[in-house]
Amino acid sequence: MNMHAQPQRTLAETALIDAFGERLSLLPGDGAVMTKRDDAIEAIKHGLPTRRIESWHYTDLRRLLTKVPAFEAGAVGKALAPVLEGSAVLPVLNGVSNAKLPEIEGVTVQRLSEKLTDGSIAPGLDRYGDDDAIGALNTAFVADGYFVDIADGTELEKPIELQNLQAGGQSHVRLLTRVGGGAKAIVVERQTGEGDEALVSSVSQLVVGDGAEVTWLIVQEQPDTATHLAQFKAHIGKDAKLTLFVMNAGGKLVRQEVVVRTTGEGADFKLRGINLLAGDTHTDTTMVLDHAVPHTTSTEVMRNVVTGKARGVFQGRINVHQYAQKTNAKMACNTLLLSDDGEFSTKPELEIFADDVVCGHGATVTEIDHNHLFYLMARGIDEKSARGLLVKAFVAEVIEELDDEALVEALEVRLDGWFSTHG
Amino acid sequence: MLEIRNLHARIVDDGTEIIRGLNLTVKAGEVAAIMGPNGSGKSTLSYILAGREDYEVTEGDILYNGQSILEMDPAERATAGIFLAFQYPMEIPGVATMEFLKVAMNEQRKARGEEPLKVPEFLKRVKEAAATLNMDINMLKRPLNVGFSGGEKKRAEILQMKLLEPKLCVLDETDSGLDIDALKIVSDGVNALRSPDRAIVVITHYQRLLEHIVPDTVHVLYKGQVIKSGDKSLALDLEANGYAGVIGEAA
Repeated sequence: MNMHAQPQRTLAETALIDAFGERLSLLPGDGAVMTKRDDAIEAIKHGLPTRRIESWHYTDLRRLLTKVPAFEAGAVGKALAPVLEGSAVLPVLNGVSNAKLPEIEGVTVQRLSEKLTDGSIAPGLDRYGDDDAIGALNTAFVADGYFVDIADGTELEKPIELQNLQAGGQSHVRLLTRVGGGAKAIVVERQTGEGDEALVSSVSQLVVGDGAEVTWLIVQEQPDTATHLAQFKAHIGKDAKLTLFVMNAGGKLVRQEVVVRTTGEGADFKLRGINLLAGDTHTDTTMVLDHAVPHTTSTEVMRNVVTGKARGVFQGRINVHQYAQKTNAKMACNTLLLSDDGEFSTKPELEIFADDVVCGHGATVTEIDHNHLFYLMARGIDEKSARGLLVKAFVAEVIEELDDEALVEALEVRLDGWFSTHG
Repeated sequence: MLEIRNLHARIVDDGTEIIRGLNLTVKAGEVAAIMGPNGSGKSTLSYILAGREDYEVTEGDILYNGQSILEMDPAERATAGIFLAFQYPMEIPGVATMEFLKVAMNEQRKARGEEPLKVPEFLKRVKEAAATLNMDINMLKRPLNVGFSGGEKKRAEILQMKLLEPKLCVLDETDSGLDIDALKIVSDGVNALRSPDRAIVVITHYQRLLEHIVPDTVHVLYKGQVIKSGDKSLALDLEANGYAGVIGEAA
């Protein structure tokens, strides 16, 4: 948040502050939770972040968030068929955990509204920094979501899909997951919707226990009427592995923050992301990764396709703490720029306080390789199809790295869906 | 089948003229070898036939079955039956070889007004063609040409040629990078495609390939022109005496 109060509140700021006053009595939570909510709305009263705040430099939220819709949403039908066949689906429809809770062996599922009411999640509602506007917005308004606890040593047979569906209006959702020591899980976080203007904030918090292995897929396919402000925060324990796959394929104004910390030696983090950007939209992926203990590893690969007047941002910050010797971190951001009006901004940052580490980053911006295009056309594939194949190939490479046939196939279906409407 | 008339062409980027008044006729059923020293314009000619945009035809014409192809893009030429086996096949990460083969075959079928191949039929054709070229079918599960050795890439080109069944095949230095065994397999693959309604243009530096793919005609390309044509004995003559004699005669 800003250090100095803004001279005048924007329409959006005023609408959020007013809405808080009106909603307050409806929001679940005891005294501890209410204190967090009050702190959060105070932060918003100081103004939404502008480009003068470094971490928001490319996404001036104060300027870009021009309107805030009312809370009333349109009718949202029912949960969607999951991205991965056979998944246990936990739907949140228009901000409400709206399903009979599934029974999965080794897994405890609770509605977040209950945990807000009993105050047990109050400590987790803190912002992670002064510039955490998404955390503040979400803490102020969060009313529901899920808490999923996967017991130690549980190897999930079927994936879990957390489905956040919004039909216009506003919703603020939190999805908490604890994966116990030695457990294994695949989780899909699906963010989508339909209908009129929407403002969605969604915060996912994940704790990966020692020796656990988690693959977490964020599939964001919001309509181009939606503002989607999301945060994914994770702690990775000793010898634990987290693979986070982020697919942004929709939304009018999107910010996906990824805030990860390695907390135990031998922890490994992989971020793989694809941004499919079209129309007159703005999509920002911002990562802050803390290598906080020795002997931890990470790789981050982003692939971006920019068409139309779309604007994209990737900020990747890796902090290697003073005692985090033998850290090995590599980050790459590759962009395929397919239109003259599109743009993509990349800002890699490495802050290294340890002296025995391997860290690197690279960024490229390219167009379609004409040699490749010629080769495909020389086999009779017309120009449009050949371009389509090459663009798809550019992002499919990252998907194929997941090395799990069911996952790869499911994501390629999403990919084909995007190309069939935007290709 | 192919008639090149007084062709002049240059590199678009810098205007360098590479092809300078080239004449060549290749009939259906014929195997024509084009030989010539480095820099004579052999590869350029193959690219121009395939329709690469980096080259611009400034004069003359290329007729394929009596029709000019200069206004056709590479995909249109390919669907019309022209195939270029590349000297350096492109590695294309992310495009699965099988997917590519299926798209290419079906796009060509579509352009000819034929139904797309059903998956079992497609797989059967690929397996059969791969077997004749001693190719491991598992290789085709990888991205197109990625991690293929030089020899594997050349075999993959011939595999595509077999599957696409073109009418005019242009082989650009298909022998380069092949060991003797691979050369034999690839040549057998090409020979199997010889037919009365198909023409094959073999571009090569060396006589070696022509021992396996015996040409009907041999043409010497030098400084962007065909300076001498003959039968297969011309290739033997070049092998024995080098290009200097022929070039000297022409000059």
